[in-house]
Amino acid sequence: MRRTISLLVENESGALSRIAGLFSARGYNIESLTVAPTDDPTLARMTLTTGGSDQVIEQIIKQLNKLIDVVKLQDLTENPHIEREMMMIKVLASGHLREEVKRLADIFRGRIIDVTADSFTIELTGTRDKLAAFIEALEGSAVKIREVVRSGTMGIARGELALRA
Amino acid sequence: MNRETNTAELTGAEIFVRSLEQEGVDMVFGYPGGAVLHIYDALYRQKAVTHVLVRHEQGAVHAAEGYAKSTGRPGVALVTSGPGATNAVTGIADAYMDSVPLVIFSGQVNSNLIGNDAFQEVDTVGITRPCVKHNFLVKDVRDLAETIKKAFYIATSGRPGPVLVDVPKDVTAHKTAFHYPERVVMRSYNPTVKGHPGQIRKAVDLMLSARQPVLYTGGGVVLGDASETLTKLTRMLNFPITNTLMGLGGYPASDPQFLGMLGMHGTYEANMAMHHADVVIAIGARFDDRVTGNVEKFCPDAKIIHVDVDPSSISKNVVVDVPIVGQVDNVLRGMIEVLKGTERRPDPEALSAWWRQIEEWRAMDCLKYDRQSEVIKPQHVISELHRLTEGDAFVSSDVGQHQMWAAQFYGFDRPRRWINSGGLGTMGFGLPSAMGVQVAHPEATVACITGEASIQMCIQELSTCYQYMLPIKVVNLNNRYMGMVRQWQEFFYQGRYAMSYMDALPDFVKLAEAYGHVGMRIERPGDVEPALREALAMKDRLVFMDFITDETENVYPMVPAGAGQNEMILV
Repeated sequence: MRRTISLLVENESGALSRIAGLFSARGYNIESLTVAPTDDPTLARMTLTTGGSDQVIEQIIKQLNKLIDVVKLQDLTENPHIEREMMMIKVLASGHLREEVKRLADIFRGRIIDVTADSFTIELTGTRDKLAAFIEALEGSAVKIREVVRSGTMGIARGELALRA
Repeated sequence: MNRETNTAELTGAEIFVRSLEQEGVDMVFGYPGGAVLHIYDALYRQKAVTHVLVRHEQGAVHAAEGYAKSTGRPGVALVTSGPGATNAVTGIADAYMDSVPLVIFSGQVNSNLIGNDAFQEVDTVGITRPCVKHNFLVKDVRDLAETIKKAFYIATSGRPGPVLVDVPKDVTAHKTAFHYPERVVMRSYNPTVKGHPGQIRKAVDLMLSARQPVLYTGGGVVLGDASETLTKLTRMLNFPITNTLMGLGGYPASDPQFLGMLGMHGTYEANMAMHHADVVIAIGARFDDRVTGNVEKFCPDAKIIHVDVDPSSISKNVVVDVPIVGQVDNVLRGMIEVLKGTERRPDPEALSAWWRQIEEWRAMDCLKYDRQSEVIKPQHVISELHRLTEGDAFVSSDVGQHQMWAAQFYGFDRPRRWINSGGLGTMGFGLPSAMGVQVAHPEATVACITGEASIQMCIQELSTCYQYMLPIKVVNLNNRYMGMVRQWQEFFYQGRYAMSYMDALPDFVKLAEAYGHVGMRIERPGDVEPALREALAMKDRLVFMDFITDETENVYPMVPAGAGQNEMILV
């Protein structure tokens, strides 16, 4: 089952490498990983999505907790939570296709953030599925996708539950 | 520990030495080089810390392991940058697998050169990251003392392990005021010490309802100094007990409740007891594949209690029923308290029926060997060593058949006497680790049980032994083969002995003599005892005993890889 795990880690060089190294050394799969400093500059927050049997997930969580640089960890999947991913997608469109792109972007609540005579760059935020659906919609049209940049998943628990050091 | 505040500024190198002093470190195993010259200069100008010069950095780390395993105090190694650090990696990985508390200091090129492919530069922190408990790169001399404090704290607390501190050369030259922190608090590291009382009660409840119980205990008992408490609990319950390779000495081998070692080369009675148990109490053991065999067939009818200080050890290989995270000694004490507070005891009839069954298995005498043989049987050498040292020597071993025979035939009655490379299985471990034991226990008898293949992997340390006059007794079981490789080739490759024969062995007697030691070659069974007596009587000399043993002897019993514990090949 797919899991979304949030981590607070010491904002030090090497922390990311320890986490990535753990996954490769133990043969766990990382689907996506996002990381940035938090409001406390000594801490970075990571959101990691992975998959595996319950036993594998239990080991992943224990092994992550064992890393000295990991301050706190939360399996967001266990509670109601919100996930978002951001995408910037550059498409080539001219003539009547330009209207088609704008229409699709509107439907998906995307924002056009860069325009040239033959291209658009659209910014889109949403769940992984929503972003995938947008790509699928574009592929179903005559629009040509030039470049896709996705952020990986970020997650936060609903309600007052929070991951703090 | 003295809290020391000194307003006079010290160099990083001086801070290094003073910090070791504050940690109570009396011994450092190392090898100098460009990046650590300031540190060596500071070592030269003080007396508190003794430096032991090895001949290869792998030897430094293994020696530090021997020191740590035999004393319970952290071992310290010091190596230079680049090849110094890479040579140390095997030892570090070994310590990581066996949870040995070590602090390894490596020199690094000047900070401003890091990343420039400078002379003798490697990314030591990167290379060692997967095989250390933690590591640090010190970028500022003002962080040095606190980092050293953290390194010792992390290495010795929770599940122990090696911690590496990489120190650029310029940091050892820069100056700052020295202040060694009394304690460190790390928000991200707080190992669990006490077991959960509810879980402890649940475990005791299960133990009391057991009809066919067995205690399966590992290196955690030795590392956690819990042997006495374990012995007390085991005797209170009259349960049978087996030890892992790493756990030997955690329970007295001469005690009738002891079934011997379990696992791939464990005894018939230990493995059969595990297979037929209804309750297995695993203490400070990690369900290694060499213990479980095929996990699908492992302890099919047992409820399992697992006590371990490392939460990630629990339910990693085998899912357990009652997990308890905590220091082994603390949890065992908790169990004893619960037992004292109840009248309940395990069903005596069920237990005596279980013991009768175990005695039947024991009567198989699975460790028997040909005692009339005209060639020297390796088992005989170890039995004699055990007898002549009254079972009280420190015994280090290398890796292979001789290691298994040492584990089977040198019955350890006390913890920290058995020094071997269990997890990583590092050939070359035996001699340097024996050095670490001997410097920590100058008066004790230290034997290194090895084979002609393993000993050659760190043979250069014979030179270190001569420099410091370490009177180690090297017991070389020379069967002219990489014995364990040969055994697998005999069993599983139809006797195709691919590259496992040593065609060009040195004359070990001359070699020992060339290094300044005493060498002996023993070829007949009748000469085994006199040779051992003579060697053990030479209290101040290293004696290299080259025993020419039966080249076809195999280690029995054997659970072939992938088989269940009850599917043993017997002699």
